[in-house]
Amino acid sequence: MIPKCIFWEIMLILGGVGLLNYIWFGMLVISVVCSLFTGRSAELSRAVTDGADKAVKLVISMAGVMCLWTGILRIAEKSGVTEKISVLLAPVIKLIMPECRDNQKALEAVSANITANILGLGNAATPLGLKAMKELQKTNKLIDAPDNSMVMFVVINTASLQLIPSTIAALRQAAGSEQPFSVLPYIWITSVLTLITGIILAKIFSVRGR
Amino acid sequence: MFAVPAVIVLTVVIGAFKKVDLFGCFTEGAKEGIGSLISVAPSLIGLVLAVTMLEASGFFEILTGIMSPVCGAVGIPPEVLPLGLMRPVTGSGSFAMLSSILEKYGADSLIGRTASVMAGSTETTFYAITVYYVSVGLSKTRHTVPAALGADIIGMIIACAAVK
Repeated sequence: MIPKCIFWEIMLILGGVGLLNYIWFGMLVISVVCSLFTGRSAELSRAVTDGADKAVKLVISMAGVMCLWTGILRIAEKSGVTEKISVLLAPVIKLIMPECRDNQKALEAVSANITANILGLGNAATPLGLKAMKELQKTNKLIDAPDNSMVMFVVINTASLQLIPSTIAALRQAAGSEQPFSVLPYIWITSVLTLITGIILAKIFSVRGR
Repeated sequence: MFAVPAVIVLTVVIGAFKKVDLFGCFTEGAKEGIGSLISVAPSLIGLVLAVTMLEASGFFEILTGIMSPVCGAVGIPPEVLPLGLMRPVTGSGSFAMLSSILEKYGADSLIGRTASVMAGSTETTFYAITVYYVSVGLSKTRHTVPAALGADIIGMIIACAAVK
């Protein structure tokens, strides 16, 4: 049996996005309290104006790389690359989510969502993911708890499989990196291994939790 | 990294082959990029502010000081630990944190590259779990959290090992 995650129950009560409220509040309060102990209140005062200034510069210096990539992606989308990848993914998805083998609609939404994630189409990925959850819920026999395929789908979505992590590259560019894309191969290897770990853990826990 | 120009050329060639309005699509997509950047800008400003304040207050030095024995044992540089803690919870927060680390230690330093790989190879786990389950009205999550967080932790250790 998997121990019930009390932390998770609290997270749900706080309500996902609402959690950021507490984190932001905590960060601000901790920084003030901490500066009293470390005697860095002058630095802290300067950080307030610096921080806001830095953020705007960051957004501006990220804009070039981000827009370049969303522009290229739009061409890929219009050329039908997205559908091609979706079709290629379907057999793999059937293998790791056998429960939805016969649920064609769910299968399509799941492949489309994973494709959007791989291409880094963040705005498209979430609605497709929500559609996939809706379709998976229709065949969910547990009704009030997610079945194994739903857990697997969410776990896959918490891993970040992305061909070109453009935000990371843009942030590196903004920080004056000589080679913003040099970390790409490491990111690919790491995210594939993380994804595989997630899939294996979900499989193991699903058997144990039955 | 030759992969990036290669992907761009490949995309454009496929697009030309499929008779797509190349430049029109590019500008349309780029416009969407500006739009999404503007929509995250306010939260990024708030979080960069908070991270900069935490940094100035000396909190990260205290945290890394406390955590360095634990981090050393699993091979994570203590300097990237704040990012690791932030990553599963908030996307903008972890990008703010990454930007602060890149600035402090240098984007091409070992710490800078490790932080980049960590941030790039994991997701906002808790946010994704909440959004997906809440959307279908499920409050039970079964083994989702242990599997997803377990993968995140192992992913972070892999990220540190990969860059070295």
